[in-house]
Amino acid sequence: MDVGNIIFLTLTGALVAASSSYVGSIMVLKRMSLVGDALSHVALPGMAIALAFGISPIVGAFVFLSLAVLGIWYLEKNSDTYPEALVGLFFTASLAIGVLITKEVDLLEALFGSIEKISFYEGLATIALSVSVIIVTSLFVKKLMITVISEELAQTSSERISTINLLYYILVAVIVSIGIRFVGTLLTGSLVIVPAVAAKNISKSMKGYFLMSAVFGIVSAVIGIPLSKGLWLPSGPVVVLVSVVIFIITFFYKKLFAR
Amino acid sequence: MADVILSVKNLTVKRGSHTIIDNISFDIPKGETFSIIGPNGAGKTTLFKAILGLIKYEGRVEWKEGIKISYVPQRFYIDSDLPITTKEFLKLKTNSSEKINEALESVGLKNSDVHKNGVKKHILNNRLGDLSGGELQRAVIAWSLLGNPDVLLFDEPTAGVDVVGEETIYSLLQKLKETHGMTILLISHELEIVRKYTTTVLCLNKEQVCYGPPSLVLNEKTIDKLFGEEMHYYHHKHKN
Repeated sequence: MDVGNIIFLTLTGALVAASSSYVGSIMVLKRMSLVGDALSHVALPGMAIALAFGISPIVGAFVFLSLAVLGIWYLEKNSDTYPEALVGLFFTASLAIGVLITKEVDLLEALFGSIEKISFYEGLATIALSVSVIIVTSLFVKKLMITVISEELAQTSSERISTINLLYYILVAVIVSIGIRFVGTLLTGSLVIVPAVAAKNISKSMKGYFLMSAVFGIVSAVIGIPLSKGLWLPSGPVVVLVSVVIFIITFFYKKLFAR
Repeated sequence: MADVILSVKNLTVKRGSHTIIDNISFDIPKGETFSIIGPNGAGKTTLFKAILGLIKYEGRVEWKEGIKISYVPQRFYIDSDLPITTKEFLKLKTNSSEKINEALESVGLKNSDVHKNGVKKHILNNRLGDLSGGELQRAVIAWSLLGNPDVLLFDEPTAGVDVVGEETIYSLLQKLKETHGMTILLISHELEIVRKYTTTVLCLNKEQVCYGPPSLVLNEKTIDKLFGEEMHYYHHKHKN
């Protein structure tokens, strides 16, 4: 594998990680971390079906994830108690079905991702999508934060909060779909959550939190991807472990130095 | 006839077959401080939500045209580690520092010189979750003032605030009413406060138990009807 390719993949990975962490940082504040994780499991049957029809697995994943986020959005909007257990059941069932219908040769790749398989054009599309997600999120991040602080304040601030939530969930579907190509369905949740919780450990302000969350995502990819190549290891798990190490460092930093 | 800002006729809210509030009617003229009192579960917050249009209801709710309404919800818990400063919180609503300073001044939270010797950092740069109950309540009131509302709705403005803070928040509301010509609607448990600060009171216990100026309608009979025997205890305690 040549150096140019590794640099390109690292850049792509860094942007995916940055957009995932940015969107994920709001997910963590919304206390939806585990929903995000379970959500990624829904992608698997979608990918299997797409592969069977010879379509890009990212498209299959996105279609299934969009249906799933519409489901979450609908439940959240129309029931007083959020049926978390039901969501968990439905999503893990998807994983089980996905494992059964995915061909064995594709299974490992679908579960843990494979950055090497990304073509140049796929990489460019991924970069464009990541940048778009970052831009769209930043456009309405303030409104999202109001919903984090108090749904009631948001409801009476004349904002269309239900529309804002739906738009946000679609962004989540996009980042999970592109994240899957990198780290697979089992680990894409951590790409979304871990940099954000690490940033939360050390941030006092919203600006610092979003910034550090994206920075930690980028650092995980920039260290993790070349490192995995050097060690002949799959890149997804290495990137995730780098982010976990960052989390541990920030955790002890918080224990030792904060307040 | 005074300038009526809100007119409610035969308002009923049901959840399934259960009636939460039954046939409430009242008018609120501009500049009034209007209180809704009643025991727990009487439907006070539901009434607020209905007049804000957040839930379904039967009957008629008419706001004067072009009126801007701000609502301060009952419970406002902030995670102590939520990464957002007071300044960023206020900036979610407006980018104008001038307006923010104005709103902070209105609620008596203005600026760093108040905190002497640099012991306490300016409240704007503190994390929202690090504010005391009273400070947070003021910050939320400042937030609600940012849209220049004509009407403020407060659901138990002093829930979770100590007694000293309680007094000052009510005198703050009084001041806002005088300086900004605002109409204020509040939900309260505290009879003494209602007597002291409000022009009209609506007693609610599913249905309308009383409606009128507190000095006229808050007598032993209505209070008994509203709260039952338990209320005597509180009542006598306040007299001491």
